[in-house]
Amino acid sequence: MRKYTPKDNVQKKSYYTDRYWVAPRVPQTEVEAGSHFADVVKALGRKAKESYVSVGQLVIHIKSTDNFDVMKTLKEECGYTQCSEQSAVDYLAQDGEFELFWQLLNITEAKRVRVVTRIKEKEAIESIEPLFRSANFAEREMFDMFGIKVNNHPFLKRILMPDDWEGHPLLKTYPLHGDEFASWYEVDKIFGKEYRDVIGPENRDPARIDRYDTKRFSRVGYEVPFGADISEGEKEQPIEYSETILVDYNKNSSKQLDERR
Amino acid sequence: MAQHQVNYASAAGLPIALTSVDKLVNWGRSNSLWPLTYGLACCAIEMMASGASRYDFDRMGTIFRASPRQADVMILAGTLSKKHSEFARRLYDQMTEPKWVISMGSCANTGGMFNTYATVQGVDRIIPVDIYLPGCAPRPETLQYALMMLQKKIRRESANMNNNTKQNLRLV
Repeated sequence: MRKYTPKDNVQKKSYYTDRYWVAPRVPQTEVEAGSHFADVVKALGRKAKESYVSVGQLVIHIKSTDNFDVMKTLKEECGYTQCSEQSAVDYLAQDGEFELFWQLLNITEAKRVRVVTRIKEKEAIESIEPLFRSANFAEREMFDMFGIKVNNHPFLKRILMPDDWEGHPLLKTYPLHGDEFASWYEVDKIFGKEYRDVIGPENRDPARIDRYDTKRFSRVGYEVPFGADISEGEKEQPIEYSETILVDYNKNSSKQLDERR
Repeated sequence: MAQHQVNYASAAGLPIALTSVDKLVNWGRSNSLWPLTYGLACCAIEMMASGASRYDFDRMGTIFRASPRQADVMILAGTLSKKHSEFARRLYDQMTEPKWVISMGSCANTGGMFNTYATVQGVDRIIPVDIYLPGCAPRPETLQYALMMLQKKIRRESANMNNNTKQNLRLV
């Protein structure tokens, strides 16, 4: 088995790297002059800090304060009328920043644009809900999962986790099995904190086999009496089979063929 | 018109069946188990199939009810998330005594493959469970078997629920 290494913050140091594995990189090509994407970049002007085409999609990097204006231009001048997805990526350990992205679709041209920006940890972002109604839930989810505040959002409230939840689960620092608050959430809420001792901690490994537990487990060939103490090791016992069930192949009653038919 | 003679005293004897109160009450309870429709995830599909005509729960006197106040059995079918656990407990509390719980499927039993921050690791953390039904998802036959096991369990119990140890072991 591989040696255990803590996995609280997988960004700082990867706990397993394959010697021959190379992270795949999608090729990024220049925006072709005269194409539809060239018009989009031109319409945005200086607000597009960096733009390239990746897997047939235009990717535009912008300043985080420009996001509403950029979306407005894309919607009203370039025909990107749908915001299909909006969320964030946690790069806090690496760069101290979140990467936010908006995925837009132009139905008449059948083209997609991804708008990308970066914000610092405590910074907020302007809501694009007045432009795209679909951003309402997407921004609430981003707030729920990453704790990123969205300015001028009509109803910024947790969407997936309970309202009284602590922590933001999609942060890389959030443990998969939950922190202490998460692991006692239902007990605290229903019975109160004093019932933690009565109910006990969560069993995160229900398939765990205790080698020395002779009340619930047995080992074929190493059978011991129920409840016997085997912490010092147990005697090996031969397996006994019933003679009436097993067929004795050494009897000469069967005929062996001399050659293959 | 045919004349029906209803004169027990003149016939062979009074139509009397001798039994104990426990048996009579438990006969009634175990043969009219009304479960609460409580589908939480994919196990609910199997639970619906059990109730429908192919597997036919009705022949055991099991009729799904949509209200906890009319139900005796809670079949927790599926993954119970921590957000929902409060409501599961509230529905259980709203059921009238006597009441029983079947935990259906791996997720309800132990959290199953959802070994994460958002899933209750076994519904027995919040609700006392009578029958644990393994499987992912259990077939309708298995759910019927679980219900029959519950019927057996009820027939063994005392009709006076105060005498049952389970009642005294209730969490709250």
